[in-house]
Amino acid sequence: MADYMLMKGNEAIAEAAIRCGCDGYFGYPITPQSEILETLALRKPWEETGMVVLQAESEIASINMVYAGAGCGKKVMTSSSSPGISLKQEGITYIAGAELPCLIVNVVRGGPGLGTIQPAQSDYFQAVKGGGHGDYRLIVLAPASVQEMYDFVDLGFELAFKYRNPAMILSDGVIGQMMEKVKVGEYKKRLTDQEIVERYGSWATTGKTPNRQRNIITSLDLDANRQEQFNLKLQRKYREIEENETRFELINCDDADYILVAYGSSSRICQKAVDLCREKGIKVGLLRPITLFPFPTKAIQSFVGKVKGFLTVEMSAGQMVEDVRLAVNGQCRVEHFGHMGGVIPSPNEVVKALEDNFIKG
Amino acid sequence: MDVKDIIKKENFVYGKSKVLTDNPMHYCPGCTHGVVHKVLAEVIEELDIQDKTIGVSPVGCAVLAYNYLDIDWHEAAHGRAPALASAINRLYPDKFVFTYQGDGDLASIGAAEIMHACNRGEKQLTIFINNAIYGMTGGQMAPTTLEGMKTATSPYGRNVALHGYPLQITELIAQLPGTCYVTRQSAHTPGAVRKLKQAMLKAVKNTLERKGTSFIEVVATCNSGWKQSPVDSNKWMVENMFPKYPLGDMKDI
Ligand SMILES: Cc1ncc(C[n+]2csc(CCOP(=O)(O)OP(=O)(O)O)c2C)c(N)n1
Ligand code: SF4
Ligand SMILES: [Mg+2]
Repeated sequence: MADYMLMKGNEAIAEAAIRCGCDGYFGYPITPQSEILETLALRKPWEETGMVVLQAESEIASINMVYAGAGCGKKVMTSSSSPGISLKQEGITYIAGAELPCLIVNVVRGGPGLGTIQPAQSDYFQAVKGGGHGDYRLIVLAPASVQEMYDFVDLGFELAFKYRNPAMILSDGVIGQMMEKVKVGEYKKRLTDQEIVERYGSWATTGKTPNRQRNIITSLDLDANRQEQFNLKLQRKYREIEENETRFELINCDDADYILVAYGSSSRICQKAVDLCREKGIKVGLLRPITLFPFPTKAIQSFVGKVKGFLTVEMSAGQMVEDVRLAVNGQCRVEHFGHMGGVIPSPNEVVKALEDNFIKG
Repeated sequence: MDVKDIIKKENFVYGKSKVLTDNPMHYCPGCTHGVVHKVLAEVIEELDIQDKTIGVSPVGCAVLAYNYLDIDWHEAAHGRAPALASAINRLYPDKFVFTYQGDGDLASIGAAEIMHACNRGEKQLTIFINNAIYGMTGGQMAPTTLEGMKTATSPYGRNVALHGYPLQITELIAQLPGTCYVTRQSAHTPGAVRKLKQAMLKAVKNTLERKGTSFIEVVATCNSGWKQSPVDSNKWMVENMFPKYPLGDMKDI
């Protein structure tokens, strides 16, 4: 029989990490995600599964710990919120450049600067366009429920190891703090050191044995031509990820005249807005990107010619809206509605924004 | 007697460590980095821990250290090596992890990471090459640059009113309860190299026994950055660096 637990989104991340066989978590406190480290500290997984949990001296140190753990072939993760994720960008680009798997959780709060501790979705650009220096991409998952916070830990690790690429869960303060019922999975065993050697021994720093060359984890190559070849290889990997891993959900889109595009907590608000519109006789659907990179470009394109317009709803000045516009390439109207700085849009505001933009006048 | 009769294994008194690769080193002639690499390679070979050693290289002239020691390596971001090593020693408690860092890497951009790793008593060794300058980027001022010393970014000499004081970071590290062995060595004479090797053996054994953090500063030369010949650099180091950075053990418990 399945186990159900009532918990916060942040607690779900911690519980999922322990149960999915994570080897190490390295973090630093920041609202609204501190419950992740707090839950792990309380749960003491080092006694239960052998998982390492460490509060580092900074976000910079913690992401560099993840960089090293990933280089060793271990399943390692970190979490933070916006200002802390900015600090982690150094380590994230090194991890991407060294082609290592790991999981990073961003429970987004409003910015810029110290901003606010209230929820926001204003780190979209940073998450999906790279974030740090250089041409790289993260695999970005956007949970819309506490259940998905739980499920995407395992999924994030799976994709990260499949492509040897850092994965990010891009959440926000609403999902991190709200409580919902969660179906929790069975415990997966952590890999033994021997199993790590067998699976990842061709690249991971597990100690050089006489039967193999030394493994070097680095992103450095001073030869311009080789560096370009490496970059081309990364680009091929990102195209492959786009081909295979795009995930999205369609709600009431079949007969829709208008489509709302929203992810994470905004998509929950939009679900209600869709119902309100339908009650009014306006045929509205919702397209919810589950992966933000890769972005469901083709799914959006498939509605061109069928719908009269798209409205993106984001808790930002309009970031994802740019990717929706790129997808339709001028062939359909795309508008944005949102709030910033920690203000959460209401379903009625979404309905009004749709009417104001597309129906009235 | 023919030369061939003499060149026999049993007559060898000295050889290149098997842990050193055949790659030609990119270091400037006379640079201390190469000597310290050699000593470290010998210690790894003598303790027979090649298969359990993981090195963390810095950003600095030793960024390519992974070309020279035949072990698994992880190349860190500038200053972050101690954080990397902390994760590795916790995830693999039975392995030997060390960081190899310059003075810009360790005492400037990475000051927080080294302090906190030592304060947590991470079971790792740090080898700290203090040449009082940023060698790799062309001889700019480091936190360890001596008062009055001319560098590319202190062309009129380090002025403490403007630039602050030379940082004796090893003295600070010796104060931290997490460290078990803190020493300052050099590598400019055969005697100094032998002492360095003894210190390195002790530090690696401490780490294998998980006693705490071991820390070896090597007062070093950077003849290119200092714009002196290797011989003059050694002399200048003895006369100017040693008074500010005196050799010897600061802590051994
Ligand atoms: C984040 C970052 N800032 C600056 C640099 C440029 N940089 C490379 S090496 C170095 C200084 C190295 O000096 P040190 O650590 O003393 O090593 P040395 O070359 O003297 O052995 C600097 C500033 C860099 N690579 N990364
Ligand atoms: S620049 Fe200085 S530290 Fe770098 S290799 Fe040359 S002598 Fe050594
Ligand atoms: Mg230096």
